[in-house]
Formats: sequence, structure tokens, C-alpha cells
Amino acid sequence: MTCWLTTEWPWYVAGPLIGLFVPALLITGNKVFGISSNLRHLCAAIVPGKVEYFHYDWKKTGLWNLVFLAGVLIGGFLAFHSGAAHDVAVSAATRNSLLGLGIHDFHGVAPRELFTWRTLLTLRGFLSVVVGGFLVGFGTAYAGGCTSGHAISGLANFELPSLIAVIGFFAGGLAATYFILPFVLGGV
Amino acid sequence: MTTQVVSEFEGCGAASSEPQAARPAYLTVYLLLGVAFGFVLSRSEVISWFRIQEMFRFQSFRMYGIIGSAIATAALSIALIKWAGLKSVSGESISIPPKSLGSGIRYAAGGAIFGLGWALTGACPGPLFALIGNGVSVMVVAVVSALAGAWIYGWARPSLPH
Repeated sequence: MTCWLTTEWPWYVAGPLIGLFVPALLITGNKVFGISSNLRHLCAAIVPGKVEYFHYDWKKTGLWNLVFLAGVLIGGFLAFHSGAAHDVAVSAATRNSLLGLGIHDFHGVAPRELFTWRTLLTLRGFLSVVVGGFLVGFGTAYAGGCTSGHAISGLANFELPSLIAVIGFFAGGLAATYFILPFVLGGV
Repeated sequence: MTTQVVSEFEGCGAASSEPQAARPAYLTVYLLLGVAFGFVLSRSEVISWFRIQEMFRFQSFRMYGIIGSAIATAALSIALIKWAGLKSVSGESISIPPKSLGSGIRYAAGGAIFGLGWALTGACPGPLFALIGNGVSVMVVAVVSALAGAWIYGWARPSLPH
């Protein structure tokens, strides 16, 4: 059965829907859309240690966002189990670029050559999951936001700090794509 | 609503904002919004490592179309909210606290560090969690690693340029 709920959505449907979470959160409780502050809230809740940055009332400022984040995980689960398994229809150019880097498995949302428990302790698996995850956590905390907080909420509100951050996102992303990934994927 | 949340922090504003934010009814709304967001992230495929590679290689308009139209929709919504002077359902006047620019270093450096991680994991923080729901269970390790990264930032914060 091909139904709009079970297949990928075109960009002009997906984008506006994502953008609507900004007014939805503002109108329900004057909350600013941004996911990465949850990493700080989780640190504050679990392992604040003696770090001043993690000593604040996380329940008061962040409980709503942690609940939202739990929902994101559940939403992913529902989408996965209600959708048909398929290859992500990336462009032929991307497919060729990735084949050239040794990625042959195009099934699912992430290549199993990098994102399984079995490959976790290979160089490329470790770099993709452990090092990549660390950089996401450190970088978003340092920048004070991620794609949601800076690229969407921040740019939509015409904030210069967010524009600088988004330029940084792309500088880092391009560097990893063109200099780190070929080295790591090609070298194994 | 009979639920009373007793705040230990009776600072300015705390008494009015904390109880409503913590009420189960409000939390349910955020849970449902989160579920919807996780579903949208999945169906739009922005959680896919392949899509992120396609974006950083400039080989498809798709991701730019998604992010661009998301920003345009959000910007239009914010402008309408400001123009109409809307209040939130909870009765607060709606405002987005501005970020202070400072030297700008934190945005450039932090942004670039996140960008490296975005391309390597193929995921930003929201998609990291949506991916676990999508059965990519090894992303639990990426989340723990991201928490470690955020923690190290908090620890090193006093000595980092902002």
C-alpha cells in the first residue's frame, strides 16, 4: 500500500511542517524550539558533578523539552514501524560518491557499514558513532544550539549569532565530508 | 486543575511559570508535539546519513529545500505572532530571548565543531534520538558520547573563549 503516511515526504511538505514546530511551541507555552539544550539538561539530571554549568533547576527550565525529546524517539519508532523498508533515494551522484568511498549498503536510513554494534569498534565505525557523537555534543553546547535552535529558530528570528553558527555548521560539515571521511573510509 | 507543584525556588517569576510548565497536561502536550516531530523528521529523511552526505556534497536540493522552507515558515509565523501580539495558551506574552553575540567565537568555533560531528554521525541532536526509534540502536552510544561532549564543554567552559 502506498500511502502518504508511510512513504517519504517531498521537501515542500517536510520543511514547512518542521518550521511549524516553532510557533506551536511558542503558542503552547512560550517555549523556544531547540533540541540540543536537552544534552545539558540530561547532564544536569544525571551527572552534574562539581561543574557549575550543570547546577541549575533543570526540571523548571528543561523538563518540557526532555519530554518533547522522549516524544521524538517515540515518533521515530512509530514512523519506522508504520513505514515500508526502503533505500533512501539519494541522487545518483551521491550514490557514486559514496560507492567510491566504499559504502555499498544503501538499505535503511544509515549505512550498516558504519552504524551497527558489529562495526562500532572498527576505525570508521568508532569515528562515525563515538567521535561524531562527541563532537555533536561538545559543538552544540559550545555554540549554544544546533540545527533546530540556530538554523531554524535563530535564523527565523534574524539573529546574527545564529547566522555565524550556521556558517560554522557548514564549514565543519564540509571539512568532515571532503577531508576526514575520504581518509577514514578509504583507509579501511 | 488540582495539581499543585510546590516550588522550592520562590524567586521572581518562578512561582508563576514553574507550576504550569510542570503540570501533567502541559507535559502531555509536549510529549505529543515531540512524537509528531520525531515522525516528521523520519518521513522527511533528514535523519538519514545518506541525505546529510547528499547535502554536504551539494548533490540535491532536497535538504536545502527542507531547511529553507522550515526557516521561512518559522519566520513568517514569528512575524505573525509579533504582529498580532499573541499570548501563549498559558497566558504569557510570547517573546524570544535574544542571544548575546559576545566575541562570536563560541558560535563560529562551536558551530564548526558541531558541523564536523553532523557530517560524521549524519545526525544532529534531534535525529540522534529519532534514529534510535528507527532501529539504529547503536546511536545509543552516539547519544552517550554526545552527553560526554556536552559535559566536557561544561567542565572546560570557564577556560574557553566565548
